[in-house]
Amino acid sequence: MQVNAEKCVECKQCMTACSTAWFKEDSPELSRVKIDVKASYVNINICSQCGACIGICPTEAIHRDANGVVQIDKSKCTSCLMCVGFCPQASMLFSTQEGKQTEPFKCIACGICARKCPTGALQLINVPDAKK
Amino acid sequence: MKEMKLLTEWAYEPSKIHHGYSRKTLYVGLGNKDQKYSFAQKDVSDDMIDKFTGGRGFGLKLLWDAVKDTTKWNDPENEIVIAGGPFCGITQYPGTGKCYSVFLSPETKQTYNSNAGGYFAPFLKFAGFDAMELQGIADRPVVIFIDGDNNRIQIFESTAEDINAYAVSEELHAYFAKDEADKRTISVVTSGEAARTAWIAGMNFSFYDVHRKAVRLKQAGRGGGGTVLYHKNVVALVIKRTHFTSNENDVVDLETIRKAGVSIHKRIHDQDDYQSKMRTVGTAHLDEIMNDYHLLPIHNYKFGNSPEAVKIRSDEYKKLFTQGTADGCWYGCSLACAKAVDHFVLQYGPWKGREVIVDGPEYETAAGLGPNIGIFDPRWTIEANFYADHYGLDTISLGTGTAWLCECYELGLINKENTCGLDLSFGNKDDIMEHIQRVARGANDFSIACGKGVEYAREYFAEHYGSDLETMKKIGMVCQGLEASEYRCQESMAQWGGYFLTLKGPQHDEAWLIFMDMVNKQLPTNKDKAEALFFFPNFRLWFSLQGLCKLPWNDIEPADNGVRYKGLQAAKVPEHLGNYLNIFTAITGKPLDEAGMILQSEKVYNFERVFNLRMGKGTSKYHVAPDRGLGPVFPDEWMARPDYFDGKLKEFGVNIEGMSTKDKVALLQKYRRAQWEELKLAVYHRRGWNKNGIPTLATVKRLGIDYPDVVALLKKHLKPEDEFEPEEEPAKA
Repeated sequence: MQVNAEKCVECKQCMTACSTAWFKEDSPELSRVKIDVKASYVNINICSQCGACIGICPTEAIHRDANGVVQIDKSKCTSCLMCVGFCPQASMLFSTQEGKQTEPFKCIACGICARKCPTGALQLINVPDAKK
Repeated sequence: MKEMKLLTEWAYEPSKIHHGYSRKTLYVGLGNKDQKYSFAQKDVSDDMIDKFTGGRGFGLKLLWDAVKDTTKWNDPENEIVIAGGPFCGITQYPGTGKCYSVFLSPETKQTYNSNAGGYFAPFLKFAGFDAMELQGIADRPVVIFIDGDNNRIQIFESTAEDINAYAVSEELHAYFAKDEADKRTISVVTSGEAARTAWIAGMNFSFYDVHRKAVRLKQAGRGGGGTVLYHKNVVALVIKRTHFTSNENDVVDLETIRKAGVSIHKRIHDQDDYQSKMRTVGTAHLDEIMNDYHLLPIHNYKFGNSPEAVKIRSDEYKKLFTQGTADGCWYGCSLACAKAVDHFVLQYGPWKGREVIVDGPEYETAAGLGPNIGIFDPRWTIEANFYADHYGLDTISLGTGTAWLCECYELGLINKENTCGLDLSFGNKDDIMEHIQRVARGANDFSIACGKGVEYAREYFAEHYGSDLETMKKIGMVCQGLEASEYRCQESMAQWGGYFLTLKGPQHDEAWLIFMDMVNKQLPTNKDKAEALFFFPNFRLWFSLQGLCKLPWNDIEPADNGVRYKGLQAAKVPEHLGNYLNIFTAITGKPLDEAGMILQSEKVYNFERVFNLRMGKGTSKYHVAPDRGLGPVFPDEWMARPDYFDGKLKEFGVNIEGMSTKDKVALLQKYRRAQWEELKLAVYHRRGWNKNGIPTLATVKRLGIDYPDVVALLKKHLKPEDEFEPEEEPAKA
């Protein structure tokens, strides 16, 4: 996912689209992309697919797929949330709502948010070496 | 491994865990070499939860009910009880995979509790049991299999040709797993061949490391649990449990636990490199800190600091430990201190030339099988660590015992004839490694005596070699039959109590007060020390009731802990203490505050003390501090820090002008011995015990552990002359 925060107009349609697609409800907490308005700028927090979480996971539930996207295999996940605490960008997320999924979640570059973005602040692009 | 013959099996109805408890315990009886195997599922009563909470508490309660007053460690009615606790198995907070093993110890001749990480305790709980009792003696070597997937208990006749821990653990993971990936669903408890003759044999608890694709071992090393296991003719306990959910404990409030877990994971990520370096070096990071403060045990605790210690700094170990892997010994432990050395090629012994993975060394092993025996070579220590684990030897008792042995050798108390040709001088790597191999094999009478611990060995040496018993007693860092762990405590009066006024012997899991006392001067009076020796043993015991590891409590701290809090309050790490209280409530639904936490512990602390009284110990005469624990014994120790020790002696108002070093040593010992006796009474008083170190009737009544048999036992031992006067104040400044 390519991020250009200067183009962001804080409409947050990306967050609505994401949480609705993955959790069937419009909830900022459940969105895998976060728009934070800082003192004088907008910060877009979304997984960069850096893969730091892969080595942290004690069950090898996190892996990089053929497209270079970091994925969580829920069947192997024990919901320990170490990956959340160790994500260098705070882009690995979890729900604090009772009854929601216990496993962590993250952006898997599905592109739903980018398609909704009216300004091009979020764009799904192919990175040639992302599979490494 | 050849196919094992099934001797017997039972099916059971699994009990679902609710609010942290399955409310069932597992009993497996092996008969008395008569093939009368038995099985039971026992109920856990409300009273058992109220009074004993779980873990070590359950272990003590079940063992109390199983043994007689006259039971010895090698009688069939002795048990090994293994239990986690209400926290055990939670994956969202670090340090929740511990299990506590309770048994009558061959070394200490009273109850012992020893803990280990690994997957056994969580799997046992997920299989439906809050604890497991193993009683009796099998008529042949057996493997006990708890099949938590199919709800069966099976006893097999072992076909293991090599009973040493790495060999048999790997074989049993492979035997009971469907394929390589399935090995993670298994945990094995074993000892090793040292358990045949040694009393210092511990238990190894395995887990399968998915990153390394290898079996790893964690040790409940202390007290001789492995000796008891072997004596029961049990080669291994094996458990299998494949599926479990993220809320297998069926807690009341998972969200509170998840929030606390993420918060501490983040703190560990941000702070560990600047604090304890657990993720990169594990507890071996303590080597240089202990050396800096003259606390590192060198040459049988004679010295606390050496320029040679630069060779064993954590930087040196970091080069050897594999970095960047998830080294937690249970899911969710981001502190990940279970460091390992990969691709280590052994230089000695029967596996010489073989490439192995070595678990550790942790600090205690790095110090005990390092500077304490005069060896400043991490690679040698790593190899000694491997063989000790493999053979089932407790690395702490082995290290402290060997350090004592080296000093005996250098003092001429034993000679080469006694050692069957070995030169056991400090630092003699080849002969000391050969000694370890011989102890494991029980190669000769000398090796067998050494394998039974310092208290046994010194009597043996005195009787068979004419060695001077008094000198051996002065220099042996042992109390209640247990060798001390690896801190040089002599310059911290509070830590004298932390080691020698304990329930089970000088193991630092009750209190580690050296910095508070010696460095930060926060415990100036006996009353302060007694308060700390009441509070911290109870505080730390609480972890053993819950199935918790202590390290995530204070080996990682909020960055501002020392700014926001001072003294005793800072030492408690209030934010993490708050996490534990909140999580306890989130699991069980029962509110808990700090006072309630201490009360939970006090019940078990005092019950254990009474239990030891029942087994013939548990009184003041067993709380004996060796001279080496209180100060220098020989002039060379004094002369290592002459100004420091002269200053210490002058604090007693003595004119030391013209006094010989030998006389100074004797005088400091005399004064400190008097201080020790005062400390002892102050601590007993604070704990609600009498002058003989026995809990009073009022104490057991206050704690609700005044069961009829407890009261009857106390009435037999409590004497009017041992009572403190109501207004008596034993804690002099």
